[in-house]
Amino acid sequence: MSSDSSYYVPASSRMPIFMAFGLLLFVLGASFTMNNWGEEDSNAHWLLIASFAVIWGTMFFWFGSVIKENDSGMYSGQLNQSFVWGMAWFIFSEVMFFFAFFLALGYVRLFAVPWLGGEGEKAITNILWPGFEAAWPLLVTPDNEQFPGAHHSMSIPAVSKLHTWLPFWNTLCLITSSGTIALAEAGLRKGNRTAFKLWMVATLTLGYVFVFLQGLEYYEAYTHMGLTLGAGIYGTTFFLLTGFHGFHVCLGAIILTIMTIRGFGGAFSDHDHFGLAAGSWYWHFVDVVWILLVLVVYIF
Amino acid sequence: MSAVIDSHHDDHHHGPAKGLSRWLYTTNHKDIGSMYLWFSLVMLFIGGAMAMVIRAELFEPGSQIVSPEFYNQMVTNHGLIMVFGVIMPAFVGFANWMIPMQIGAPDMALPRLNNLSFWILPVAFGILLSTFFMEGGAPNFGWTFYAPLSTEYAPPTVTFFIFSVHIMGASSIMGSINIITTILNMRAPGMTLMKMPLFVWSWFITAYLLIAVMPVLAGAVTMMLMDIHAGTSFFKAGGGGDPVLFQHIFWFFGHPEVYIMILPAFGIVSHIIETFSRKPIFGYSSMVYAIASIALLSFVVWAHHMFTVGMPIAGELFFMYSTMLIAIPTGVKVFNWLSTMFKGSLTFETPMLFAIAFVALFTIGGLSGIMLAIAPADFQYHDTYFVVAHFHYVLVPGALFSLLAAAYYWIPKWTGKMYDETLGKVHFWMSFISVNLTFFPMHFVGLAGMPRRIPDYAMQFADWNMMVSVGAFLFGISQLLFLFIVLKCIYNGKAATTEVWEGAKDKGFEWTVDSPAPYHTFSSPPSMESLKSSS
Amino acid sequence: MFRAIKYSLSLVAALTANVSFGAWDDLNMSPGATQLSQEIFGLHMTVFYVCLAIGISVLLAMAFILFKYRKKEGVKPADFDDSTALEITWTVLFALILIVLAVPATSVMIKAYDDQEGDINILITGHQWKWQYEYIEDEVGFFSNLSTSLDKRNNLAPKDENYLLEVDEPLVIPTNTRVRFLITANDVIHSWWVPDFAIKQDAIPGFVNTGWTYVNEPGVFRGQCTELCGQYHGYMPIVVKAVSPEEYSTFIRDKKEAKIQQALLTEKLWSTSELMEIGEGIYQKNCVACHQIGGRGIPPVFPSLVGSEIVMRNKARHIEILMEGVQGAAMASYAEQLSEVEIAAVITYTRQAWGNAETGDGKIVIPKEILDYKTNKL
Ligand code: HEA
Ligand code: HEA
Ligand code: HEC
Ligand code: CUA
Ligand SMILES: [Cu+2]
Repeated sequence: MSSDSSYYVPASSRMPIFMAFGLLLFVLGASFTMNNWGEEDSNAHWLLIASFAVIWGTMFFWFGSVIKENDSGMYSGQLNQSFVWGMAWFIFSEVMFFFAFFLALGYVRLFAVPWLGGEGEKAITNILWPGFEAAWPLLVTPDNEQFPGAHHSMSIPAVSKLHTWLPFWNTLCLITSSGTIALAEAGLRKGNRTAFKLWMVATLTLGYVFVFLQGLEYYEAYTHMGLTLGAGIYGTTFFLLTGFHGFHVCLGAIILTIMTIRGFGGAFSDHDHFGLAAGSWYWHFVDVVWILLVLVVYIF
Repeated sequence: MSAVIDSHHDDHHHGPAKGLSRWLYTTNHKDIGSMYLWFSLVMLFIGGAMAMVIRAELFEPGSQIVSPEFYNQMVTNHGLIMVFGVIMPAFVGFANWMIPMQIGAPDMALPRLNNLSFWILPVAFGILLSTFFMEGGAPNFGWTFYAPLSTEYAPPTVTFFIFSVHIMGASSIMGSINIITTILNMRAPGMTLMKMPLFVWSWFITAYLLIAVMPVLAGAVTMMLMDIHAGTSFFKAGGGGDPVLFQHIFWFFGHPEVYIMILPAFGIVSHIIETFSRKPIFGYSSMVYAIASIALLSFVVWAHHMFTVGMPIAGELFFMYSTMLIAIPTGVKVFNWLSTMFKGSLTFETPMLFAIAFVALFTIGGLSGIMLAIAPADFQYHDTYFVVAHFHYVLVPGALFSLLAAAYYWIPKWTGKMYDETLGKVHFWMSFISVNLTFFPMHFVGLAGMPRRIPDYAMQFADWNMMVSVGAFLFGISQLLFLFIVLKCIYNGKAATTEVWEGAKDKGFEWTVDSPAPYHTFSSPPSMESLKSSS
Repeated sequence: MFRAIKYSLSLVAALTANVSFGAWDDLNMSPGATQLSQEIFGLHMTVFYVCLAIGISVLLAMAFILFKYRKKEGVKPADFDDSTALEITWTVLFALILIVLAVPATSVMIKAYDDQEGDINILITGHQWKWQYEYIEDEVGFFSNLSTSLDKRNNLAPKDENYLLEVDEPLVIPTNTRVRFLITANDVIHSWWVPDFAIKQDAIPGFVNTGWTYVNEPGVFRGQCTELCGQYHGYMPIVVKAVSPEEYSTFIRDKKEAKIQQALLTEKLWSTSELMEIGEGIYQKNCVACHQIGGRGIPPVFPSLVGSEIVMRNKARHIEILMEGVQGAAMASYAEQLSEVEIAAVITYTRQAWGNAETGDGKIVIPKEILDYKTNKL
């Protein structure tokens, strides 16, 4: 640990420009891949894959050097505080990203769908969609030919059938995992590395089970319920909200996996474990989003 | 909490590296600030050249030089580049240069992230501009890219556009995280929040706005992407969605965005007026509260851009009232600037001239904003040149003038050399006259009924449009003069003193260090005592 | 003091009431032709004068300060930096001004939002790039296209007063009748604006907005689409003709008559040259915007019709494209917009013109085939 009175300005670094290059490849790769979708002779996806290699590779070295600098004691308490603020504001930005999708869901449920179905202040809209009725979950869409709706919704079933309802188990997994990761951190803080490792493994297991169940749910939706991305606004909001959430769970799981591996390798001390703490905040954030999501997507 | 530079790395003491790698690998806030500023100047000329094409097309009625399709591409990219490529990066550039100097920090809090925030901008705009050469042409749906024109009916390049918006957003978010962290964590001892310079305050709040709304924009373009490529129906009535949903999400971002483009300007102008009035700023704390209230209000006014989409009347009224409220904190700022000058000892160097013009012309733009806020009247104003006049008044003699003012104000500190004062004054007067010639008559054609985003117009608008075009060309030429003045200053300017402006050394830490400011500004934290009068 | 206020108020009133003095018209909004538009105009003037007064006061105060307190030898600047009393004063002042503005604005807003049914209800649909009008009660309708010639737009012919503001068929409404507009769109968002009625309502695909008007005097009123809707957004004007109720019923009667005539025409035997003649006219009016003069298009967005595989050899697909449009492209369905005769004619024309007959199969299409297509679909 260096003294509190020195401030660390890292030397010039190649990492950012590599990252920028990776993003350039990513944008080109992703755009060309999407625009040429279904064209046989397109090899744009290689560009996309290359971009992932560059981005993940850069991240590996970037974080690696941060860890090395920290371990060699170059960082002051002040810099660690900067990391704390940085992570906190980053999570705030993620919250706002989800906010956009919640806003969309709220708007279609409160306004768009009722208007199309002939309710509320713009009920007159219904003259364009004779026969269409507003409902949520929206299983029959205004233009049911183009957007075929779904046979079943994902909504919460009767209590007696709760145990067959995947989101129930998902919720259980995530909430428990928020607890286990807190226990892991507590263990680390007390210097009990065995408890720390054990609880980390438990957290990860729960996280992966969640991802698996979510995958199962999507599989069910596509194969047995007719619920797809193209099913209309219900499918749209369902998949986009749960999908982005699931994507963030995956990110969180990857972060925590790395932290666990590092933990097994002896990293982190009882007072200096920012990487782990940041991962755990992220995990809690994902958990909170899930609870909101269960409320507005599945229950109400 | 002190800030002694760690000496593990030699280049900390020996100034910058040589050659291109200095710029590619740098972690220095001044280098990065300079890159932002040069980038934004280049984009100003590109976006400005597009404006020149627009004005040439509109010089006379009838089809002049470009096709309607290309005209739309020009308008769209002009708007996008000016907003995301000129005004925002320029303010971030000033933030990078000045915030560490003004709060007595050695650098930004997260220097490598800082470099990344900059370098992905050329990536984003390179891709955006390259769409001009792709099949289907560049984005042509306006800078507000309303669905479904930007989804089902868009050229294939919209995919590139979407991803470049993602990248711009990422850049802004990372930049803002850095700025907030720097401000929260790296102030010199004794600099409490309510002693921070106003530019720092304005950026503190702007960064918060950015972090809050850029992800929402990212959400909006992601929904577009899904509607285009994955068959979802966010913006399609047939599936139960609504095209208007796009507008709500866009403007939830878009309105705070326009304040993102003006709040830092408020900060800059406060400093300049204070310095050249030789008086402390009037009502420092109400200035801070005003910025904060504007920022908070900006979250609940978004639908004033959508008075004609057929909202329920309760919505119309709510958004009308909330929008009108913004006049109060903004008015407080204008009156505080006037009171700062009142009983001062005013001199009129170029930065001051631009700052004064800012106050006067921004007020005009703000007042036309109040007219637009009156919902029933906006039924007549909406999507006409009256709106174009409004936003150019707040953006060009508003945001852009504040940038020019700031450049003149701080360039001696950056380069250690003075710009040519006479040329600066010539630049000011040319800009001032031509900017009014360009944008004032737009009010008239707007009220008389000329819609925006059209490549050709009815005969009754002909005279004023010609005048507007002439004004625009003059304004364009004036900005070439600015480029010349900057280059002349860098290569051939007279040496500047430490204080630069008479009495400035009391006004902020930046005026206590050498001119040019050393590559690493503070080797030990400055003390608040060195500023005699606290603002 | 009191008198000053009274004078200025009456000045404002005079200016608002007496709007037509010379050049002022070119600079300002027009008060319009309906009671609502006049109220909105009055509101506009009120807000304008309030803002003007604020603007002038600020600018004058500023000019005074700049002049009076410019730096002078030996004069020391003051050093006050605060005055709570002053700041509260002007904050309250701003709030009061805003209340004064909000009151009339609210009352006009409520009037504009009156949403009762009209005596006549007209469904307005925006298309890229033309307006469709359907009289709901009478079940007649038509499309309204820009009629300014390409020559004028390309500066090859002199422009006249209504340049870009003229259409082939204006919307006709009766005076002294409450007319309600139901506004929607078929492809992208458009916006239906007639300044003289103070109606500007976005036409949103899949949703219906409403607006209404009540015109007292006959007249012709012009407006434009005001929402960016693609490349020819600048070329979709609106012309509304208000006529007496008697004239209006004649108009509707003629429209109904013509509808019956159209149906009969389909049965007639057509010659190729007759079809070609009609087809050329239809092409110039409806297709040339995208497929360009001579059918050469603007590839890759707008395909050339010269030497196109469909136009040369695939008659069935050719009919289908015109009847159904192409999903996701600008090519719209013409099934509703053009009559059977017109569709048959324009297909025949494109298959015959520009050397297509020589290189392709040159098959013509008669109106009966289009009718069959329609009936088979049902
Ligand atoms: C820097 C950018 C900026 C700023 C600061 C503002 C400031 C304001 N804007 Fe503007 N606006 C834009 C950029 C900006 N705007 C842009 C880019 C668009 C168009 C987007 C598009 O469609 O492409 C737009 C469009 C726009 C509209 C939509 C118009 C339409 O499309 O129909 C409206 C409507 O309410 C509006 C209102 C306002 C108001 C009330 C303010 C207020 O903040 C102004 C407050 C200031 C003052 C009022 C002056 C000073 C005050 C006093 C001297 C005190 C006394 C005054 C009173 C009591 C009234 N703006
Ligand atoms: C910060 C933002 C900003 C700035 C600085 C400007 C600057 C200018 N703008 Fe722009 N403008 C917007 C933001 C901005 N604009 C936005 C958001 C829109 C809406 C877009 C939309 O509808 O989607 C818009 C739309 C817009 C329109 C409306 C188009 C339409 O609706 O059809 C017009 C028309 O005149 C216009 C003109 C100009 C002009 C003449 C300048 C001038 O001030 C530019 C001056 C700068 C230069 C000229 C560059 C420097 C010089 C050279 C390049 C050398 C060459 C010079 C010569 C050949 C003379 N702008
Ligand atoms: C708004 C622009 C627009 C208008 C107006 C228009 N078209 Fe098209 N047309 C298109 C576009 C775009 C396509 C390409 C569709 C696709 O992606 O296959 C097309 C395709 C066609 C094709 C198929 C050509 C080919 O080789 O694929 C024919 C035939 C055609 N149009 C005829 C017409 C006729 C006849 C009219 C007038 C009655 C007309 N179009 C009006 C835009 C337009
Ligand atoms: Cu239709 Cu613009
Ligand atoms: Cu706004």
